[in-house]
Amino acid sequence: MNVFLTYTVLGLVIGASYAIAASGLVLTYATTRIFNVAHGATAMVMAFVYWELAYNQGLSNWLSVLIVVFGVAPLFGALLERWVIRRVADSGVGVTLVVTCAVLVGLIGAAEKIWPPGVHQVQQFFAGHGLTVGMVRITGNDLLTVALAVVVGAVLWAFLKFTRLGVAMRAAVDDKELLALHGGRPHLMSSIAWAMGSALAALAGILLVCSQPSELNYISLTLLVVNSYAAAMAGRLTSLPRTFIGALVLGLLNAYASGYLWTGPGWTGFREAIPAIFLLLMLLLMPQAQLRVGRLAGVAGVRTPEMRRVGLASALLLLAVVFGNSVFSEVNVNRMALGLCFAILALSLVPLTGFSGYVSLAQFSFFGVGALTVAKMHSSAPTAVLAGALLAALAGILVALPSLRLQGLYLALSTIAFAQIMDTMVFQNPSLGGFGGSLTTKRLDMFGYRFTSDKAYAILAAAVFCVLGAGVILLRKGRYGRVLIALRDSPAACATLGLNPRLARVAVFAGSAAVAGLGGGLYAGLQNQVGSTNFQFFNSLPLLLIVVCAGVTSVSGALLGGMLLMALNSYPSTQAYLFLILAVAAVGLGKQPNGITGWLFSLRDNPLGARLGLGSAGIARGIATRSVADPGRAGKSSAIDGSVSVGENAEVEA
Amino acid sequence: MTRLDVKEVTVRFGGVTAVDKATISAEGGQVTALIGPNGAGKTTLFNVVTGLQKPTGGRVFLDGHDITHTPTHRRARHGIARTFQRLEAFGSLTVEENIRVAADAVRAKNAKPAKVTRGLIERIGLERYADARADSVPTGVARLVELARALAIDPELLLLDEPSSGLSEAETESFGELLRDLASQGRAVLIVEHDMGLIMRVSDVIHVLDRGRLIASGTPAEVQADPLVRKAYLGEEDEPEDDEEHEPDAEHEPDDGHTLVLPAAGPDDAAALPPTPPVPPASPVPPLPKGPGPESGEPASGGWF
Repeated sequence: MNVFLTYTVLGLVIGASYAIAASGLVLTYATTRIFNVAHGATAMVMAFVYWELAYNQGLSNWLSVLIVVFGVAPLFGALLERWVIRRVADSGVGVTLVVTCAVLVGLIGAAEKIWPPGVHQVQQFFAGHGLTVGMVRITGNDLLTVALAVVVGAVLWAFLKFTRLGVAMRAAVDDKELLALHGGRPHLMSSIAWAMGSALAALAGILLVCSQPSELNYISLTLLVVNSYAAAMAGRLTSLPRTFIGALVLGLLNAYASGYLWTGPGWTGFREAIPAIFLLLMLLLMPQAQLRVGRLAGVAGVRTPEMRRVGLASALLLLAVVFGNSVFSEVNVNRMALGLCFAILALSLVPLTGFSGYVSLAQFSFFGVGALTVAKMHSSAPTAVLAGALLAALAGILVALPSLRLQGLYLALSTIAFAQIMDTMVFQNPSLGGFGGSLTTKRLDMFGYRFTSDKAYAILAAAVFCVLGAGVILLRKGRYGRVLIALRDSPAACATLGLNPRLARVAVFAGSAAVAGLGGGLYAGLQNQVGSTNFQFFNSLPLLLIVVCAGVTSVSGALLGGMLLMALNSYPSTQAYLFLILAVAAVGLGKQPNGITGWLFSLRDNPLGARLGLGSAGIARGIATRSVADPGRAGKSSAIDGSVSVGENAEVEA
Repeated sequence: MTRLDVKEVTVRFGGVTAVDKATISAEGGQVTALIGPNGAGKTTLFNVVTGLQKPTGGRVFLDGHDITHTPTHRRARHGIARTFQRLEAFGSLTVEENIRVAADAVRAKNAKPAKVTRGLIERIGLERYADARADSVPTGVARLVELARALAIDPELLLLDEPSSGLSEAETESFGELLRDLASQGRAVLIVEHDMGLIMRVSDVIHVLDRGRLIASGTPAEVQADPLVRKAYLGEEDEPEDDEEHEPDAEHEPDDGHTLVLPAAGPDDAAALPPTPPVPPASPVPPLPKGPGPESGEPASGGWF
């Protein structure tokens, strides 16, 4: 009984801090419809600021908390809203997810720069004080956490219900334009919501590090966000009371799992996966979304190149690699090969995110399945790589099947849950076939040639990339590519034409996962040694960010993305700058959803580019000009165009 | 023969009944019109027939087979195609690709999807726009793209949701001929339309819905003479707040300002009923003059009221 009580108290305390964090997430999502992936990172940075004030600058604990929660954090939230969020507010789920991902990696980079790794110890509040109920000891810090959760819940409820501002914020949730028409100020509302969300993240972050003093760490606190996602999903991202209940249930589940589950190696992973499993369950319990009818929203894409051009570009790439082999040092040749493996991984996002508009944060898991297969088979035969691709495809189907009903943000969240489950339950878990530390691998042996040298391996990786890249372009030109884009533009219309949207989705997930798995197999061979840390869910965030910024709609974007990802891994010192550049690029996505390469391609369209003979005008642009220039239609189209806004929509709708 | 049979279909959105035990049918070789004031449940009924909306009650039969629980994409394979009141063209594909997607979808039927696509582009008159992205063409053209796309799957039953809005007068004229032509090949054409001139010209049978209920069915002449229809359209003895109550979920029956309800009072009651052209609420651009109206001085076709 006492044991049970102990775990119940522990669970409630954990649940209380989840509740505080999740209510901030709900507040920002409900007012601005932007899901803040960086919520946990905000909590992490604010916990570091607290540490800086209280332990480095020597201010009192309480003063530091007040400064952070009522000063630094709200200011940060409001500035973030003003300079970043507002710029992408009208973009699709894809862009907003990527932009908040950029904020997340940016915050981690900044924290590592400002507070270099070291011991950042904090003390509990009311250390030494506490209550004893029966045999159960409740610390002062625990009591504070629970009390604050209750206060936060009550204050938020009263604020939204009774104050003018709160009511106006709820109005902003329903209809921003209408609120503006009636004299409300939606921008102010969203600023306030983000300021409050950030303050709540800070509070949760500080409470969490104080209850488990060893936790002042860049990643683990950021990952807190997965727990609060799960709690927030219990409230369907809009209901605060349900979010609180979800947070408490999750906290209790966590505590009971650590108390009562068998403590074998297989179960450790399971325990860590509980929030992710809870998140997945909440997502699966979402009501079936109706196919949306009533929008004509095209997504700007880059022009599909002629196959002749593709051949030329492939030859150029191979030549460049051969050239690189002859001038680069051994280390750099290895890096080039690594970049090409990552480019194959990035390529897997092109049909999935670029064409179909599904945002996946599980690509590194598919990559890992490919690598794991090669490592486990410990074979140098190409069949091992192919087997890895096949297994990855199966994993892709596994992701797609339960989430068939989910759209946009919810689908992206379900891929996060899957990646987290794969990481904790499989990759880290040798009893379920995982790495268990790291495994050695062999280099490929193909056509009687063993790719032992990095130079040969780089050429192999480049050749595979070229073949797969050409395949992706052929796909886009063909029947299936048209179907993917049609499905993204209007699933309802596709269904009325006899296309089965579910089948197409499963197929594109399987294909994308297979490409990622193939890349993973090559990566495993290149590295000679792979372990579970290489394939953490967390890696998928910078991957998505980099590839989308580089250009997720084109094969060249995938190549650039792979190289950037390699740079990120190989030159950690450049991280901060790279993230800064990416953050700027990500904000630019609202305007140029085709990323850096899309922007480069579009340079051909402007007069300067045209004068330099870089090519003819792009498809969309050329047509826009033509339709305006068409005198026979001019009068009529202007009247019609005024009535329905079409044409200007350029968004990466997830 | 009867292609489509909708039997006692009811759709409720929460407490609002959008369609109330509506029974309609559409015959092969005929143009059947579905008319009614805004919010009458026409689009909702289309959604039920295509499977995008599950009915709360009632059944849907295609060629005598019960398809009430058949998924949308399978209904399409059984020969139902439609266009949308709010455009659902594939915006990032070209006009030609839009049609090609549909032609490919029924490969077994179409030996040569590319040829079918080219043929439809010529038939509907979309040559000029073939390579344009569908989100860059005018609304009227986008409606024709949807029509061509629907035809590409070679449907037995074609549902058209306000296909003529956005078309000029001359275009509407030839569009009417196209409709007759499509029906004469044996197809059942079911059309929701606010252009009464067009409806009276091309329809064989008209079903009139009001607040989700079927209030009249018959030939154009019979429907025009029906007192219930006159009442529904002219709003006699009508409490204005009722409109709100019968407006279903905006997703399914969007209120974009279309209305056939004339101002109830006034000596013009007996005059020709002018079909009000679509006026989106926020549009600063004056609506296209379309169809006969009092200002144009033309008599309404068919002497509608």
